[in-house]
Amino acid sequence: MKILVQADAFDLGTEVDAMRQGRTDIGAIASFVGLARDINEGSGVAAMTLEHYPGMTEKALAALVDAAYARWTLQDVTVIHRIGRLLPGDPIVLVAVASRHRGEAFAACEFIMDYLKTQAPFWKKEETSEGERWVEARASDDAAAARWSRD
Amino acid sequence: MKLRLLYFARLRERFGVAEEGIEFAGATAADLLAVLQARGGVWAEELAAGRAFRVAVDQDLVALDAVLHDGAEIAIFPPVTGG
Repeated sequence: MKILVQADAFDLGTEVDAMRQGRTDIGAIASFVGLARDINEGSGVAAMTLEHYPGMTEKALAALVDAAYARWTLQDVTVIHRIGRLLPGDPIVLVAVASRHRGEAFAACEFIMDYLKTQAPFWKKEETSEGERWVEARASDDAAAARWSRD
Repeated sequence: MKLRLLYFARLRERFGVAEEGIEFAGATAADLLAVLQARGGVWAEELAAGRAFRVAVDQDLVALDAVLHDGAEIAIFPPVTGG
């Protein structure tokens, strides 16, 4: 398991290669990369700044990765979330999940992202043509996380 | 009991403070919110019933009936928007 909160950029290929390095028992790696968009709620976004709660962030990410391990048979998980000022097109978050079979890798990757969106203490502030604004939480993110607790 | 309070993101900006230590005579997170609301102004406005915010005790999200302890780190912040 690898969990990082960092200002620096990351590289998907490097991270996936690191998971595969030295082992041949992995059958599937599913990955997700979230990017900074240049438009949100109808306004152009020139940049965004990600703030977090040092200490709780790492604890919350570890807890949701543990929950994924408890739910599926996983071989490795990498979660990297960036903080600080990001420009449109910059990668924000990476989740990669290794498993023997694709079904578990796909499901666990989506589960981790859905819970990260509602549980991990990060906040985005956007710079738009109308000034700075804090991004509001979306009800659709709560709904996405809630569907994992239905079954 | 002594509590360390942390505020993040929009609430940190509105309150004009990131961190403070207080002496607290109540028991629960709800009691603490009542103390903070009694400061009036932006505190009463942002922490009013029905406003969306989250409370964490010692870095775990809690419900408002959570019992606080001496030396606890309490964070109050808006719903999260990472990812």
